[in-house]
Amino acid sequence: MSELHDVPSAHDLVEAVREWLERDVLAGTSGRLQFHARVAINVLAMVERELELGAEQARDHEIRLADLGVDSDAELSDAIRSGRLDDRLDEVIEAVRADVLAKLLVANPNYISRDVT
Amino acid sequence: MDELSEALARVVGATGVSELTRLSGGASRETWRFEADGRRLVLQRQRSGDVRDMGIEAAVLRAAFDAGVRVPELVASGSHNDPDNPLRASFMVLEHVDGETIARKLLRDERFGAAREVLVRDMARTLAALHAVDPSPIDGLPSIDQVAQYRATLDDLNSRLGQAHPTFELAFRWLEANRPSSTRRTLVHGDFRLGNLMVDEGGLRAVLDWELAHVGDPMEDLGWLCVRAWRFGSSHPVAGIGEYDSLLAEYREASGVDVDRDVVRWWEVLGTLKWGIMCMLQTSAHLTGMSRSHELAAIGRRVCENEYDLFLALDGHWNSIGGR
Repeated sequence: MSELHDVPSAHDLVEAVREWLERDVLAGTSGRLQFHARVAINVLAMVERELELGAEQARDHEIRLADLGVDSDAELSDAIRSGRLDDRLDEVIEAVRADVLAKLLVANPNYISRDVT
Repeated sequence: MDELSEALARVVGATGVSELTRLSGGASRETWRFEADGRRLVLQRQRSGDVRDMGIEAAVLRAAFDAGVRVPELVASGSHNDPDNPLRASFMVLEHVDGETIARKLLRDERFGAAREVLVRDMARTLAALHAVDPSPIDGLPSIDQVAQYRATLDDLNSRLGQAHPTFELAFRWLEANRPSSTRRTLVHGDFRLGNLMVDEGGLRAVLDWELAHVGDPMEDLGWLCVRAWRFGSSHPVAGIGEYDSLLAEYREASGVDVDRDVVRWWEVLGTLKWGIMCMLQTSAHLTGMSRSHELAAIGRRVCENEYDLFLALDGHWNSIGGR
């Protein structure tokens, strides 16, 4: 695969800004400003994870939807609401659970407890 | 600030006000601490331009105090509708209560070790006491079907944010299929959890923040207290401190009313869903430009934590959707 853009990649650029926030900004701030710097660090780390995992997660998500015969979360939501997929409810629950775990792997992987999958 | 001091002195009938200090500024109200003739008091005031009245909350506080519930005593209150109100916004002045409200300190600091031993009992007894307050003299207490209310809120948010949440749809199906047939209707606090409780080394001292008080099934307060967000990272289900069985047993003993674990779970599931929808509301405040902030923006990506919590609460209980 050949890239149009020069290095660093989007992932590496975001990572560089996050490292600067961690190294210099946290040390030079306190109170509310430091709290907001921590929030910014968490947001950038999330973007890094999405740049890393997002494409593969999107493919897996589409496969799960297709297996249930729907092509979007909106359509799946309508099917759950109307009862149209009630005869496949176990499959629906497992597909939705897999989506939630995928979202957490980007948003906050530490939130996933070890005793539950 | 001098103007505020003068207004406060008039409101509480004091010769002078000192030590006026701003404590916090929430989205809709501000909190100040002050002394009036040596008496330590707290002011809660709606932000200017906010038309919400504090009249119902003041009436609830007074009724709870009169019934012996641990709440700060109401010293004065006023409405923004009253042209003679010196504070020109709805307000309440409350007796100051010493203690700590910050959940992480209460859950982890060594000095609250003894308090943690008695807190589940204290919370259960306090809930039993507030559920015994007669709500009928309080005008305007809301009493609404929250499933319908949050269904409408989610539909609105989904269409405005262009999103869908299949987990929430599964939760709504489960809630509709398992709705408890409770007949008991009482005063409900509506936001009973660490953060809204004043606690000292000896245990629970006062229940604060009665903004969401309403009439409904008292089990709502027990379920909300067990919502995973209010465990603040702890593994103990009840407020991050105790176990379901001890909360239920203490509540039974204090109230004389039997408690069904399944009904508490139903309210915990609804509470988890509500908190997820509230997170969507916060992120929409950023997205619509009402309040641009990366903090609010990030909250949108925490909705999946609530979805995960719903799976934790519902696993093993999925039956009875779709007539299974």
